[in-house]
Amino acid sequence: MTKKAIQLTTPLGDEVLTLRAGDRVELSGRVYTARDEVHLRMQKEGIPFDPRGAVIYHCGPVIKDDIIIAAGPTTSARMNTLSGFLLDAGVRGLIGKGGMDATVREQLMGRAVYFAFTGGCAALAASHMTLKGVHFPDLGMAEAVWVIELDRLPLVVGIDARGNDLFGTVLEKAKRAAGPGQSRDCR
Amino acid sequence: MQQRERRDLREALADATCRAMREAVIYLPGDVKRAIAQARASETDVVPRGEYENITKNIEAAERLGVPLCQDTGVPVVYLDLPPHVQFSPVLFEGVAEGIRQATTAVPLRPNVVDPLTRHNSGDNTGAGMPAVHVRPGERFTVTVLPKGAGAENVSRITMLLPSQAGKIEEVVVGTMLAAEGRPCPPVVLGVGIGGTFDTAPSLAKEALLQPIDTMNEFEQQLCDAVNRLGIGPMGLGGKTTALAVKVKTAACHTASLPVAVNVQCWANRHATVEVDW
Repeated sequence: MTKKAIQLTTPLGDEVLTLRAGDRVELSGRVYTARDEVHLRMQKEGIPFDPRGAVIYHCGPVIKDDIIIAAGPTTSARMNTLSGFLLDAGVRGLIGKGGMDATVREQLMGRAVYFAFTGGCAALAASHMTLKGVHFPDLGMAEAVWVIELDRLPLVVGIDARGNDLFGTVLEKAKRAAGPGQSRDCR
Repeated sequence: MQQRERRDLREALADATCRAMREAVIYLPGDVKRAIAQARASETDVVPRGEYENITKNIEAAERLGVPLCQDTGVPVVYLDLPPHVQFSPVLFEGVAEGIRQATTAVPLRPNVVDPLTRHNSGDNTGAGMPAVHVRPGERFTVTVLPKGAGAENVSRITMLLPSQAGKIEEVVVGTMLAAEGRPCPPVVLGVGIGGTFDTAPSLAKEALLQPIDTMNEFEQQLCDAVNRLGIGPMGLGGKTTALAVKVKTAACHTASLPVAVNVQCWANRHATVEVDW
């Protein structure tokens, strides 16, 4: 680790526009968990928190007695077609794992970034978190919106607001390494 | 007397299953930790090094706090090894299911098991055909659990190659990982099942994940090297290690078939075995 992590606190503003893919960030402040089902619900019924400058965390945590036990990221690609309305409403950051597609990369341009948090690191994540509330609890533990206060969660900028995408770059290289005979459908 | 014995077996199995589940979701096996440490040492770039720093800190935090490594505590896949004196009976399945229910509240586990069509969540990680219990002949009476997360399971594959296409096995394995990208939480472990029938090849692939991953035979090493040339790296962010290991399990098959299944497993290759006290 040569460079120190950039410190950011939500709600986020135009400082996200200066971030570059590959930057290490420690994020503090409120974030909201959301997975597939609640994205659909929010599209129908509205966003139950102020989306301006907000950060969405793709996560379905384990909660017991109002304490966050484990809360690592889920696969963001499942939300590829579901994130536009949040960014249109003013959301400035998405946190998840595995990256997102070209549609989201376009939607982020000039306004927001995608942060990658290490998949599987749920115990580490929980040690940087305090539970502040919940929306849509009827969706169950994994799918509800949990309001979480972060204390310096270690992230890396995966896709920046200028269209740079670490995941996309790696994938292009992987395709070249696999050679022309290798299509992504492996047939 | 008969009733008493049956109840005791159910309790003993439930207890062993619950303990195995707790151990599996909190503590990674030693061979997996060694493989991760080796992969970490091979990286020089800032981004993959940061990922391994988080992974290492996370493994330590889970052990220190006694909480699950990952919030996706998976669906319960269970292998029951029965010595000759243990009779095959429905009580075995009831005992394992009870142990999963106990673990769901005690550990706790995230309730992940839903009806496939209504998506109704049972709340206790059991349901029709779940836990998935595989009964095997054994020397000791043990329960092995392999809690399987969805991120890696969703990118797993079965391919029915033709007997003349043995040379394509590597292409299938590499192609599975290329299509998976960073989604299954690499560095992954790949279980490869070769042979059997359409349904047994994936079972072999899953069972292969239980084998020690700090040794590989020549064929497994060749597959692993091919996957690592992709450079997908930890979490799809780029790096030298995409697969910690590839483990192969084979079964005899039809002379006209060559089934190849790849079961993708995240870096948290969780499994644990507990002897049943009965």
